[in-house]
Amino acid sequence: MLKLDRCVIENGSFTLSADIEIETGANVAIIGPSGAGKSTLLETIAGFRDLKKGQILWDGARISNLLPGQRPLAMLFQDGNLFPHLTAAQNVALGLRPNGRLTTDEEAQVLSALDRVALPGFGDRRPAELSGGQQSRVALARVLVQHRALLLLDEPFAALGPALKAEMLDLVAGLVAETDTTFLMVSHDPQDARRIAGQTVLVADEVVHAPAQTETLFDNPPPSLRAYLGS
Amino acid sequence: MAERAQPISAWPGIGAAALVAALILGTLAAVALRAETSGGFSPADWAALRFTLTQAILSALFSVALAVPVARALARRRFPGRRALIALLGAPFILPVIVAILGLLQVFGRSGWISDVLGVFGLPPIRIYGLHGVVLAHVFFNLPLATRLVLQAWQEIPAERFRLAAQLGCNGMAMFRLIELPMLKRTLPGVIAVIFAICLTSFAVALTLGGGPRATTIELAIYQAFTYDFDLGRAALLSALQLALTAAAALAALRFSRGDGFGTGLDRALQRWDGGAPALDAFWIAAAAAFLLLPLASVVISGLAGVFDMPALVFRAALTSVFVAAASTLILLVLALPMATAVASGRHGLVELSGILGLAASPLVIGTGLFILIRPVVNPTMLALPVTALVNAAMALPFALRILVPAAKDITARHGRLALSLNMGKWTYFRRVLVPRMRPQIGFAAGLGAALSMGDLGVIALFADPQIATLPLQIYRLMGAYQMQAAAGGALLLLLLSMGAFWLLDRGGRWHAEA
Repeated sequence: MLKLDRCVIENGSFTLSADIEIETGANVAIIGPSGAGKSTLLETIAGFRDLKKGQILWDGARISNLLPGQRPLAMLFQDGNLFPHLTAAQNVALGLRPNGRLTTDEEAQVLSALDRVALPGFGDRRPAELSGGQQSRVALARVLVQHRALLLLDEPFAALGPALKAEMLDLVAGLVAETDTTFLMVSHDPQDARRIAGQTVLVADEVVHAPAQTETLFDNPPPSLRAYLGS
Repeated sequence: MAERAQPISAWPGIGAAALVAALILGTLAAVALRAETSGGFSPADWAALRFTLTQAILSALFSVALAVPVARALARRRFPGRRALIALLGAPFILPVIVAILGLLQVFGRSGWISDVLGVFGLPPIRIYGLHGVVLAHVFFNLPLATRLVLQAWQEIPAERFRLAAQLGCNGMAMFRLIELPMLKRTLPGVIAVIFAICLTSFAVALTLGGGPRATTIELAIYQAFTYDFDLGRAALLSALQLALTAAAALAALRFSRGDGFGTGLDRALQRWDGGAPALDAFWIAAAAAFLLLPLASVVISGLAGVFDMPALVFRAALTSVFVAAASTLILLVLALPMATAVASGRHGLVELSGILGLAASPLVIGTGLFILIRPVVNPTMLALPVTALVNAAMALPFALRILVPAAKDITARHGRLALSLNMGKWTYFRRVLVPRMRPQIGFAAGLGAALSMGDLGVIALFADPQIATLPLQIYRLMGAYQMQAAAGGALLLLLLSMGAFWLLDRGGRWHAEA
């Protein structure tokens, strides 16, 4: 279980307070007006921003004092998820061993992860030789070999077309179900939330609201969500 | 977490910065302590100060005054070879001074091409030695730099302004007053300050074209105090004076100037609608190209004749120069890469300051300080070559940092979070991400460093005994002995080595580099 315990996050002009719990294995969409702090929330959980107050716990253990790479989570950013000078396989390998050479067994894991995201035989290509969707798949393959309990997505598929984005979200949903990963995804689009997220967290008015059932929330939106949706 | 996590440690860079600061400040302290103030400044010292200031002011003014029409012409004309000409404007930065001087002598000298033409009409030959020779050489080196800086400012004027002015029916003069004059007022003080600062520390030009009581720069006076009188106290006193001058000028230049003349995107021609005067523009472009190309062409032509006339000494000196340049480039990178990394990771204050210290000190001042420090321990001539490599690296450091820091910042901003989230170690990040991604900039900086060191004629003149010489010093000695054929051959060899080193390293950095 991920617990944001009376957290206060400061980002320049605005503060964000969060006191919520997210169940292990939950698929959560984070939705809200732009500038409300959705990405800020994810960056704080990942360790790229400091908390002003409070603490973050995973399964009862405090993680908010750990460096980003030591937290039990993997994150995909809006862009820059791959090193452009390394091949697809090298990029995936960084998820297993960021600082050294792979064993034969680990090399096999890299190849099977590329198979799993439907990129068999693409290991030697560099990101520039891959399409946008294929690049996203390579990043997902790396997430797979990282074996982290928590996956954070900060709109990594925003630059893809609607059909491709839906395809990638389905792939993510399949992968996290297989590995029982908890996952949090920032989104602008209610369709994304309905598509793969059982729960939705609304970030608005400087507050991170407790997760609610996605269907219930959108069928009967509170005033701040209604203002955002324009319905 | 007390501070934001960084993918890479700033400590090696802080260490490198401390070393640089120790080298420069340590030598300056040695100079200050050794300076003999009892005698005060002699009339000759005041003359050197006056001459230094006069030639620097004249050089800056002439360079900028000529650069404005050339840059204006380049900004608004498109013609085949424009790109090559603009690239050529970057060349004097890495052109060995002694090579250019030989070329200038062959064109403007007493028995040069222009004097020959004058002779046909029964006119006396021009005299290149003295103030006007020094200024001529400085304009040769700095006109291209000034042109690039002014051109850059011209290109930065948004095209919409010209469109709007054309729509309003502004013609040449009105357009100039409305758009270009304000830009020039903003830009020119900085350009003048930069060139003034560069010319203050002129040594090789004054050594070859100046000299005598009426045309001696402070830098040259330091050298003379060393070699003619071996008067360390006076050399140190002059060094202190020089230091005060260069530090003040460097501060002024940094304050007034922006951009660095290395900027890309200069090959874009402005779309303009005011016509202008094509013939006038063509004249300025042709004149500038001839002024830059004729001396170089002359070196190549006379060098080809001299190649078969070179004593073995020249080849030995060339080999020495290659070794010195290689060592200097290595030192430069070992210092500059960690420093750029530290600046990129946000720990910049003192590291950046230490990076620009090199601008405030001149090579001969540092050389004097090192000489004073080394002499009690070991015979300084034994260390002539290592000291030359070290001082060359320190002088190239500010330029290398200007090239490396933006790239390091960009890469850390773009890939830092990913590296952190993967728990990548700092050394792995440096080796697998930073260095591969920065290869083009590293190659460019290394190329500049190697070419500058290869062509440098400065500290080596202080430290070398007759048995040791780098190629530029050897050429100078041959010129002094009136062996002009051999000197010309050596100059061609030096030109090839400098440009070759730059080309090789710059290309090497960009070879197979992915975007």
